[in-house]
Amino acid sequence: MSDLMELYQEVILDHGRRPRNFGPLEGATHHARGYNPLCGDNFTMHLIVNDGVIEKVSFEGEGCAISTASASLLTERMSGAPIAEFQPLFDGVHELVTGGFPDTDVDLGKLEIFVGVGNFPMRVKCATLPWHTCKAALKGEEEATTE
Amino acid sequence: MSELAVEKSVYDADAVRAQFPILHREVHGKPLVYLDNAASTQKPQVVIDALDDYYSRLNANVHRGVHRLSQEATDAYEYGRKAVGRLLGVDDDRQIVFTRGTTEAINLVAMSWGMANLGEGDEIVLSGMEHHSNIVPWQLVAQAKGAVIKVLPIGDDGAIVPGAAEDIIGPRTKLLGITHVSNALGTINPVRELADLAHAQGAVVLVDGAQAAPHVAIDVDALGADFYAISGHKIYAPTGIGALYGKAELLEAMPPWQGGGEMIRSVSFEKTTYAPIPAKFEAGTPHIAGAVGLGAAIDWLLDLGLDAVAAHEDALLAYATEQLLALPGVRIIGTAPHKAGVASFVVDGAHPHDIGTFLDMAGVAIRTGHHCAQPVMTHFGIPATARASFAAYNTRSDVDALIKALGRVIEVFAR
Repeated sequence: MSDLMELYQEVILDHGRRPRNFGPLEGATHHARGYNPLCGDNFTMHLIVNDGVIEKVSFEGEGCAISTASASLLTERMSGAPIAEFQPLFDGVHELVTGGFPDTDVDLGKLEIFVGVGNFPMRVKCATLPWHTCKAALKGEEEATTE
Repeated sequence: MSELAVEKSVYDADAVRAQFPILHREVHGKPLVYLDNAASTQKPQVVIDALDDYYSRLNANVHRGVHRLSQEATDAYEYGRKAVGRLLGVDDDRQIVFTRGTTEAINLVAMSWGMANLGEGDEIVLSGMEHHSNIVPWQLVAQAKGAVIKVLPIGDDGAIVPGAAEDIIGPRTKLLGITHVSNALGTINPVRELADLAHAQGAVVLVDGAQAAPHVAIDVDALGADFYAISGHKIYAPTGIGALYGKAELLEAMPPWQGGGEMIRSVSFEKTTYAPIPAKFEAGTPHIAGAVGLGAAIDWLLDLGLDAVAAHEDALLAYATEQLLALPGVRIIGTAPHKAGVASFVVDGAHPHDIGTFLDMAGVAIRTGHHCAQPVMTHFGIPATARASFAAYNTRSDVDALIKALGRVIEVFAR
């Protein structure tokens, strides 16, 4: 598979075109905006957090196929997951897109399709912006940064 | 027409291209197709040689020592200043101040002229297509002095709305800051008309020439520019060097904006007197090699002939525009009647960054993003564009490579 096709796998193209859990979220308890001024990717994530569980995640905004798919897959993966699962996944995704498969025992599942980002250093922040945004929301911050 | 004249009228882009070593490298195993010239141009061998020669034979500080090298370095540096004068149609080269680039040149005017001359309620008029470097310095001054920024709106074609300037430029206008050519859209502004309106109100006119200098023959007096700012790296010269043209009477009346060596006549702890222009605005050891390279680049460009270069780039832009519009789902952003060097576009279903990555893998370098002109993106309701921009060395086959790679983008994304 070429680097390009490994980056733009069918699942990523699909989620980029038709993002899941896209839109406002009624009853959301946490929100944050993630903005990358270098490229203009701009997302707001909404979460309903209850009793240690992220019951539902949605997002709005616009960005490239990589960032949109990353946000979409995040919402699928984290909706219904305990908060405790977030940080290991965050770390695992970060390692995956910056250097290859993480040596932790976290099961990235479908998120492994972002492995192709590792060959495109300029695109790492596209993949990680939604994760930083979700993290900021969980911490009660309004703005995420990928710095 | 004589045979010789015919020969001279044929622009040989391949011969120009052959003078640029970097254009012979590969990217991702593909021949480099460099279409990001509005961000920065590549350097011809003569400029690279000028830098090499400067450091190999001439290097010393300027305007300092009595020794031979210092004299030769000074001559080479001052030759660069004269070259900028030739580029801008300026005879008295005391009116040319070296800066790091256009951004620093505009900051110089904002911090020196602006801080000394703008007050509460005074109006700074800018266009809606300015680069951030011709917005933010004025915001800094406006905040400090209570001045107000007014914006000349742009229309759907990316040109200033006709008639808007007559309404907005008024008795309170103290400065008009206008880009000669828009980096994001390619629009060539009617600088003279706008300058006449501003001058009729007693305002001063600053022109951002970063994007114009490589594409259009410039005469600051014909344009009505009181200040004109350029960057070396956009006209085939090194980064970190640029210049500000300022009318002598304005520069002479302006306070220095940076203090240090070079810019003084005499210093004591009680009182310092300043050097005459342009040294007054060149504190510290300048980018001497950069100025030497800029001189070489301007000689090269003027020798090639700006009118010939402009005609070549216009033809390429027309060809690229036609080819882009023949692709499904492609829309050109910036369709003003007078344009230079830039084709900004969006593709249905494909974000500019994904386009940029696809093109890069095909060896085609373009710019994607907001082009440091976020108000322009906001005006068009888009986060970013993809931008192909042309230089003297580009050819129709570069455009063909762009179009072929874009065809692949459309196959993948526009389903």
